[in-house]
Amino acid sequence: MPGQKIRVLIAKPGLDGHDRGAKVVARALRDSGMEVIYSGLRQTPEQIVQAALQEDVDAVGLSILSGAHMTLFSRVVGLLKENQAEDILVFGGGIIPDDDIPKLKEIGVDRIFQPNAHTSDIIDFLKETLHEENH
Amino acid sequence: MDGADTDKATKQTVRKQGSPPNLASKQTPPIYTPEHLSQLDYQRDLGDPGEFPYTRGVYPDMYRGKLWTMRQFSGYGSAKETNHRCKFLLEQGQTGLSIAFDLPTLMGIDSDDPLSEGEVGNCGVAVDSLEDMEILFEGIRLDQVTTSMTVNAPAAILLAMYVAVADKQGVDRAKIRGTAQNDILKEFIAQKEWIYPPQPSMRLVVDSIEFCTKHLPAYNSISISGYHIREAGSTALQELAFTLRDGIEYVEACLRAGMAVDDFAPRLSFFFDSHNNFFEEIAKFRAARRLWAHIMRDRFGAKKEQSRMCRFHTHTSGYSLTAQQPANNVVRTTLQALAAVLGGTNSLHTSSRDEALALPTEEAARIALRTQQILAHESGVPDMADPLGGSYFVETLTSQLEEGAWGYFDKIDAMGGMIQAIEKGFPQKEIQEASYRHQKAVESKEEIVVGVNKCVSDDTLPIKTLHISPALREHQVQRLQTLRAQRNHQAVKQTLSELKGAAQSDQNLMPFLIHCVKEYATLGEICYTLKEIFGAYQEPSF
Repeated sequence: MPGQKIRVLIAKPGLDGHDRGAKVVARALRDSGMEVIYSGLRQTPEQIVQAALQEDVDAVGLSILSGAHMTLFSRVVGLLKENQAEDILVFGGGIIPDDDIPKLKEIGVDRIFQPNAHTSDIIDFLKETLHEENH
Repeated sequence: MDGADTDKATKQTVRKQGSPPNLASKQTPPIYTPEHLSQLDYQRDLGDPGEFPYTRGVYPDMYRGKLWTMRQFSGYGSAKETNHRCKFLLEQGQTGLSIAFDLPTLMGIDSDDPLSEGEVGNCGVAVDSLEDMEILFEGIRLDQVTTSMTVNAPAAILLAMYVAVADKQGVDRAKIRGTAQNDILKEFIAQKEWIYPPQPSMRLVVDSIEFCTKHLPAYNSISISGYHIREAGSTALQELAFTLRDGIEYVEACLRAGMAVDDFAPRLSFFFDSHNNFFEEIAKFRAARRLWAHIMRDRFGAKKEQSRMCRFHTHTSGYSLTAQQPANNVVRTTLQALAAVLGGTNSLHTSSRDEALALPTEEAARIALRTQQILAHESGVPDMADPLGGSYFVETLTSQLEEGAWGYFDKIDAMGGMIQAIEKGFPQKEIQEASYRHQKAVESKEEIVVGVNKCVSDDTLPIKTLHISPALREHQVQRLQTLRAQRNHQAVKQTLSELKGAAQSDQNLMPFLIHCVKEYATLGEICYTLKEIFGAYQEPSF
């Protein structure tokens, strides 16, 4: 998307307070020139989707370390669909077992980054995917 | 010997090992020599093990007298499943229990609350009422085990439940041993599972410390924790400094409440991380004991030896574990465990190899426990107290960390204390900076993580991971609803209303909480009642 900054919502659904990863990712995306909104802790899927729509973001990054990802990620994806916003890219990270990744992809999560992923991988993923979509 | 030069030189070595850049400087000494210790005074700075300032350990014979407690953190699913896992670990030779609670429990909400969806039983056991606690300890006499409960914002309520279980088992309260984590300050700083604002949160901590001092003399009323600060991304120095400064804050709060320092201080305990940098971690543990001894003697005038002793639990670093080549995590954990033992820990948790991926399986949990047992019974390491005492390098690092911590104490004192520092976002921002620097260093390969940014291979076999069934919440909710229907409604209402009244006064809340839980008021109901008086905490954005 030439001339236009990528807008990303980094959100923490669920009850865990582990925001180390979310904050590092938010800052790295910001440092790479994207506009980043960080939701703060313990947001419901409804709050996250509302923020994504209001802020007109290109992507939503969900961070969760509690194990509630299957339930909460699918709620976010479902709510985006209900609001005709399935064009918003959804990616996620946290403590997510290998077996869950194909299931999450099936429900519409575009990409999962496991522990030890590099922020540069996330940046490349967003730039490449959003760039392709716009051409 | 020029002290300043030594300082600069040794600090550079610390940085090269991936440590806090605020210890960095330009020269690196290739070796450490007696000159580095020219300022060190054996009696003043070290002392024999068991002697002030306890740098070398809190007991004269350390592990020859008594091995550290092997305390594996566990808990998942329902109370029944966790009861089974606890009994399994006790049968395997574990000597103390350590209970993990699920997030709804940690946040003080019930399993049937809409916010609990997807979270019930996931990272710990679900406890909604005394009934769950009774199931959790079914067949385990509370005078036969020591139990560490990792819970903070609602710690006073879980402690009330534990006391109620002991009462029902006919166990003398004086024989209840263990620890409630109960450290709310590090929640505001790092782990972020809070309910109430700092002041009423501190009141709950002080009330429970006062109650323990009077009625549970063998119970560690608080576990002042650096683990979460470190895992949130701090350096070793920041972990050390913020944790002990939190300790100072609790001591001051108890003194303000009218307690005498030597009445409560012997039961304050600490909890640290053991991370990758082997010698820096050992030095951190030694510095913690020296610092706390001085703080308690010089700042608070504590007279009892026990009041001056920093006794601590150590947990090997969960963050350091990699999702890639997870079998390698056994080796990381072994080194971290060794550092904790060489640093004189009083109790230890070793992490399981699969924790970067999911909850540990029984097999992975067993290997983690075996790691400690090999260290204890085969390595010969426990035969000698503080075997690294006198090492030019370790003593220099110990002194540097101590000095760095005093620097942080001065800064935080100047802000008016830890609560004020938290309100300014000071420790939070320090940690965020350190964590971002670390991430950048890994990505630029300035810091190496084997299997992640070096020695990468694709040939790892997938390991089995443990999943929690979503049906668990349904069962838990059903049981909770049955309980709500069967209990004495009038008594629940009455005890909750008395609790509310007490919260508005300055009475100690513990006896009121015990009344509530014995009538099977739920955790969520109790926390909600207190929220009506105390309000809820909103984190300012930094």
